[in-house]
Amino acid sequence: MTSISPLRPRKSRVLTTVMALYLIYTLLPLAWLLINMTKTQSALFSTPGLSFGGPFALFDNIGETFTYDNGIFFRWLGNTLLYVVAGAGGATILATAAGYGLAKYRFPGRRAVFAVVLGAIAIPGTALAVPTFLLFSKLGLTNTPLAIIIPSLISPFGLYLIWVYAGDAIPDELLEAARIDGAGEIRIFFTVTLRLLVPGIVTVTLFAVVSTWNNYFLPLIMLSEPKWYPLTVGLNQWNAQAAGAGARPIFHLVITGSVLTIVPLIVAFLLMQRFWQSGLSAGSVKQ
Amino acid sequence: MTSTAVAQAPPRPATRGRRRRNWRGWIFVAPFLVVFALTFLAPIGYAIGLSLFRDQAFFGGTTFVGFDNYALVLADSKFWQSFLRVLVFLAVQVPIMLLLALVAALAIDSARLHAAGFFRIVIFLPYAVPGVVAALMWGFIYGDNFGLVADLNHLLGQDVVKPLSGNWMLASIGNIVTWEFVGYNMLIFYSALKVIPNELFEAAAIDGAGTFRTILSIKLPALRGSVVIATIFSIIGSFQLFNEPNILHSVVPNVVTTDYTPNMYAYYLSFGGQQYNYSATVAIVMGVLTAVIAYVVQLRGSRKGM
Repeated sequence: MTSISPLRPRKSRVLTTVMALYLIYTLLPLAWLLINMTKTQSALFSTPGLSFGGPFALFDNIGETFTYDNGIFFRWLGNTLLYVVAGAGGATILATAAGYGLAKYRFPGRRAVFAVVLGAIAIPGTALAVPTFLLFSKLGLTNTPLAIIIPSLISPFGLYLIWVYAGDAIPDELLEAARIDGAGEIRIFFTVTLRLLVPGIVTVTLFAVVSTWNNYFLPLIMLSEPKWYPLTVGLNQWNAQAAGAGARPIFHLVITGSVLTIVPLIVAFLLMQRFWQSGLSAGSVKQ
Repeated sequence: MTSTAVAQAPPRPATRGRRRRNWRGWIFVAPFLVVFALTFLAPIGYAIGLSLFRDQAFFGGTTFVGFDNYALVLADSKFWQSFLRVLVFLAVQVPIMLLLALVAALAIDSARLHAAGFFRIVIFLPYAVPGVVAALMWGFIYGDNFGLVADLNHLLGQDVVKPLSGNWMLASIGNIVTWEFVGYNMLIFYSALKVIPNELFEAAAIDGAGTFRTILSIKLPALRGSVVIATIFSIIGSFQLFNEPNILHSVVPNVVTTDYTPNMYAYYLSFGGQQYNYSATVAIVMGVLTAVIAYVVQLRGSRKGM
């Protein structure tokens, strides 16, 4: 045994190399996507996947992605943004308020709320999708943005995270002090609570944004007209038009569109990593 | 141990200072619950209602058939085939994915890795890639036309790797899901490792424990709660499997059939066959099976002494 302190061990090349192999596995498909984003439709077929080839068509591809079919991609991007802002934004607000309420108030029915919400997490969300579609079609909501936004408003995971986070981050004494000063509950929520919950809220927002941005199953069943599609459903429709009779393959646009769909999320995660990483670890502190 | 189980109930509010028991808390919880009722409880109720009826093909309207639809699902070989398929998927893919995530988390946490922060963020990145894009991308890579696999087979001189063929398909889907979610699970584990009190490591070092001893005796026990919760999420995810196979369905419709997973089966029953009542029954049966299995895992996970 060499005397290496486990608290400050030496860096290991072997470990780094092994992990680097995994890193390659992670990055290879993304590299493939980026490389092939620069190719024309015909060069895709005629050049090897991991090398550049054919005319450099990156900017043509981006331009064509946005203008193809009267700029439908732009419309899909707008739809996705709408669903994300309304859906994920609403989900964060509802989860924050409810998580705080459950963590800091004792009220009749509190245990029942806990049981119902925890039970709901165990129910597969997609198992609910078909019944939700049938219900919404009875209500006349299908093929409207509301059909996507309303189900996105509930994030049991977000509720759970805020619940745990609020238990730690908000001292009861502070709330009592505010009450003695004569502040109402709503006012306390906006002036005291929200500020203390920021890391938790950023985390919940980010994960709600990801799940709404990436949502595929729900819009697939709820929407029948391409003009309401989000990016995910639209991209798959582009991909599918390569098959069948009257096929019009536009793989170069599917690839370019895919990259354009990924980039905003990756940028958001990179920019906000300080917040969501601290929020996540806080979520697992007090178990 | 401080971090026993993420799966357990969040801590009750501290009872320091007697808190008046009143209805004020509902101000904050009610909005969530109203929407929750509309998007969770109402569809469940509606689905249960639907599952008790059957369409009258010739006369129009529906008749009450009691539990007939359930009997049909339980005797439906297509349903059980798809169920068995996701069960196999679950038994193989979930352990591989969680093991990779665990190793990555321990490696990044070990302080023996160069550029650990870089590894952490890059391994997490695929989580930000929409499942649809991941499936499309891997679908291209798997393809014979211009994918990497085509290049590889070209290099080998024959078609050795056939990810889009029937025998390979489940593994190919497993690869996509693993690629997407290792980073997410790694982060869950890593967060749990970060909150282990430092004194424990100091004490272990004084006792002469090496790296592996520390992992076995301190880190793994501390991770148990997160492993249970990650397992439950992964089980639910596997049973819900839809996006990836459905995207590949449009690439190779004969391999990934419309009843490939239970969820696809329910979807195509509704939207291909208009069999809403039967589809709702399949969804409920799947929901119950998932909930039961998730519950059992949680019970076992929180009882098993490590």
